[in-house]
Amino acid sequence: MDRRAAVKKLMDARDGALVITGLGSPSYDVHAAGDCDNNYYLWGAMGSAALTGLGLAQAQPAKRIMVITGDGEQLMAFGSLATIAVAQPKNLDIIVLDNQHFGETGMQDSHTGMGIDISKNAAACGFAQTGVLTDLQQVDELCNTLRRPSNGPRLFVLKIEALNLPRSLPPRDPTFIKNRFRAHLGLEPC
Amino acid sequence: MALFNLLKEKGVSQVSYVPDAGHTTLIDLFNKDEEVISNVLTTEEEGIAISVGAWLGGSRSVVLMQSSGVGNCINMLSLPVLAKTPLLMLVTMRGEWNEFNPWQVPMGQATQTVLEAIGVTVVRAHGGEDLVETVEQASVMAYDSDQQIAVLISQRLLGKKKW
Repeated sequence: MDRRAAVKKLMDARDGALVITGLGSPSYDVHAAGDCDNNYYLWGAMGSAALTGLGLAQAQPAKRIMVITGDGEQLMAFGSLATIAVAQPKNLDIIVLDNQHFGETGMQDSHTGMGIDISKNAAACGFAQTGVLTDLQQVDELCNTLRRPSNGPRLFVLKIEALNLPRSLPPRDPTFIKNRFRAHLGLEPC
Repeated sequence: MALFNLLKEKGVSQVSYVPDAGHTTLIDLFNKDEEVISNVLTTEEEGIAISVGAWLGGSRSVVLMQSSGVGNCINMLSLPVLAKTPLLMLVTMRGEWNEFNPWQVPMGQATQTVLEAIGVTVVRAHGGEDLVETVEQASVMAYDSDQQIAVLISQRLLGKKKW
């Protein structure tokens, strides 16, 4: 499926969810859907997205947290599936945009194209709900699913086309977006 | 216990750790405290990212690890260093005092150097009497001044590992 169309659907249906984006194309996809104060875009620290989401979910239990990341970024945080499953946040949803490649670095094949299913691993760890989606109609259904409360963390893999689309660049200053994000929650900069 | 009380007074509400024998009491106290969320990690850098998320959401957190785990954290530390989110790491040292296991020595000897190289401020606690004071000032530096601080707790204080 088309990654930008899929992410746009998720962002249009976010209902105020706080969003963390993994480095590379997921950050561009979320930015392309519309820059918001309640987005935190990562440009580095590969493997940090889901765990930043966990820390945020624990600090803001009344808000829904969405992590939008890529297969390569989530593979680097493979152990995070265990940590998050043990923590059992009820308000953390992880969306893995899976093109089965390391898109930023020359489209080298990733593990997910060679038999590793991140959703099955999340399910084995104890995520409350997992799935693999292959078309945009299923994303519409996912938007409805995500609106409903969960009794634990959820992870969904969206199989997307392996294309490098024109980049939509979010701010690269992590202090600026931190202050903007915290201000959205009514928190002081320092 | 004094350290636990101090961190509670400072408003710490999230703790993440890969266990070390030197942190046993602190981990037990946090795990029993219903006001504090504890996360056991598969690898130490997870705690660095969790602490950034915690601060984005307005919570104060602390990360506990042994010196061998510091090496796992280096690239992840670019996130709190660049974002200027408070980071308080309490690191129990191995490989620097009365160490019988050579495998602990390379990372133990490199711990301060690599933390400073990535931009984390290092302070050391040598004895029980200065541990609480050192952590107290480090917590002010972290939570009030948005600094990234590692408190290295001396192996001399923790004692030789017993087998």
